[in-house]
Amino acid sequence: MRSDQPRASWPLKLAAFAVIAFLNFPVLVIFLYAFTTEEAAFTFPPPGLTTTWFGVLFQREDFWRALATSLQVAAIATLVAMALGTLLALALSRTKFFGKEMISLLVLLPIALPGIVTGIALRSSINQYGIPFSMWTIIIGHATFCVVTVYNNAVARLRRSSPSMNEASMDLGATALQTFRYIILPTMATALLAGGLLAFALSFDEIIVTNFTAGPQQQTLPIWIYNQLPRPRDRPVTNVAAIFTILITLPALLVAYRLTRGGDEQA
Amino acid sequence: MTETGITLRAAPPASLWRSVLRFFYRHPNATLIALLALPLLWMVVIYFSSILQMVLVSFYTTDSLSGRIIPKFTLATYQQLLQPANLDIILRSVAMAAAVTIAAAIVGFPISYYIARYARGRTKVLFFLGVMMPLWSSYLVRVYAWKLILSNEGILNWVLAQLGLTGVLDAVLSIPSIGGASLSTSYIGMFVVFLYIWLPYMILPTQAALERVPKSYLEASADMGARPGMTFRKVILPLAFPGVVAGSIFTFSLTLGDYIIPGIIGNSAFFIGSAVYTFYGTAGTFPLAAAFTVVPMAIMGVYLLIARKLGAFDAL
Repeated sequence: MRSDQPRASWPLKLAAFAVIAFLNFPVLVIFLYAFTTEEAAFTFPPPGLTTTWFGVLFQREDFWRALATSLQVAAIATLVAMALGTLLALALSRTKFFGKEMISLLVLLPIALPGIVTGIALRSSINQYGIPFSMWTIIIGHATFCVVTVYNNAVARLRRSSPSMNEASMDLGATALQTFRYIILPTMATALLAGGLLAFALSFDEIIVTNFTAGPQQQTLPIWIYNQLPRPRDRPVTNVAAIFTILITLPALLVAYRLTRGGDEQA
Repeated sequence: MTETGITLRAAPPASLWRSVLRFFYRHPNATLIALLALPLLWMVVIYFSSILQMVLVSFYTTDSLSGRIIPKFTLATYQQLLQPANLDIILRSVAMAAAVTIAAAIVGFPISYYIARYARGRTKVLFFLGVMMPLWSSYLVRVYAWKLILSNEGILNWVLAQLGLTGVLDAVLSIPSIGGASLSTSYIGMFVVFLYIWLPYMILPTQAALERVPKSYLEASADMGARPGMTFRKVILPLAFPGVVAGSIFTFSLTLGDYIIPGIIGNSAFFIGSAVYTFYGTAGTFPLAAAFTVVPMAIMGVYLLIARKLGAFDAL
């Protein structure tokens, strides 16, 4: 039996395309209603199409502020998560020690537990220690649940790479740091970047933990949207903002896809 | 990787630095501790201690006058948690999470299988984007988009009216307890939205697990006379299962604690997330809110232990 290029049966193909349609239909709805001429009510089909909402959003200063905050939070949280995730992956990938399983469970916990648990727990701790809520409290919360995406990517890559390269490097007289710089880091680099990009996207769209760790002054983009949505008159503008976020995260995801695929192709 | 051009400097830069490195090289345990210190400190001090604090608070009392927490042990909060009204909230959330998870596994498997085994090149990128784009386009806006789709004057009703199928929808909505006045105010609508929002979290690990199934296994199975159906049941399905379990961690947990979707879609009945949110915001009921957070902790704790046994952690 030849299986070079197996062909899918039509029911499978149909099911696959139906799910893709299901997943993307609401995104199309968002796109459509970003152009509607109607402000308050949303009848289908929309009475007319216009691009005015793009101009309206462009002049909303609060939107740009929220976008800037979100980008800042996501960038710093991602960097922290990348540092912590890399250290963890290096520690846990090869050696076996007591408590190793516990640590990998602990890293997983912030995304395996519902966001509201993490959010309220962090909020009451921050309150208890009298730390003022700021952009930094948001970053702390985000970094905590972003560590796992970096860690998972890095650990998977380290597991597939062979330890003999490191040994060879050491045998040739390289110090541990040189080995890290010239052997381990290049092996991990794309996996780290991919994990980092996912962490960025995760942080950029997070609302629940953010809601509990943000001060009254800080508005990330999701919080801005959250405050926007109950106002029906602002709905088209909000849809434009949503399109904007898609346009920001999409290239990041494509890059992450390319980076993680490269190593798997021959497997 | 051989062409990286490693140039080792012959002269050691600083002897102190070198002896530090030598120390770590000779003491792998010290290296381990040095690597672990920072991330562990972060996860334990910031995260785990906060979680533990919630568990403690659930056993504390509040001052009836000021509403402040008094660190005095009591089980009264848990008695309160087990009252029928609160137990209903828990059961409702668990039932919804289970229903969403099972549906996500069933709906997600065929597409994952198609992506992993048949999609190549451009089709594969298209499918990747098709799964990822909704995942990363604002969660809130998508939930509101569903409200537009499901409401009485929304798209779905319009399409059904064009097809002359309004009667079918009315029949579905008249099912007691899961039906309602419109899709956007019923459990059915809420279920659809939950399924929609968390489905990518099921598809991604399932697809990844399916992609790790070596082609040689399938060939071996076929060579030994298994028909495609048998290869699927005996080889592919068992190997993909850890991926499905890994996905189910997310679909289950995310549904269990969500308070935004039950607030926007559905009949405004409480779910665990909404209960935590409300009791946390009300004076004097912080211990009850904490007890409500212990419920998903306990459930997910057991869930994770089972998932680990099933090998789901390697499929994350």
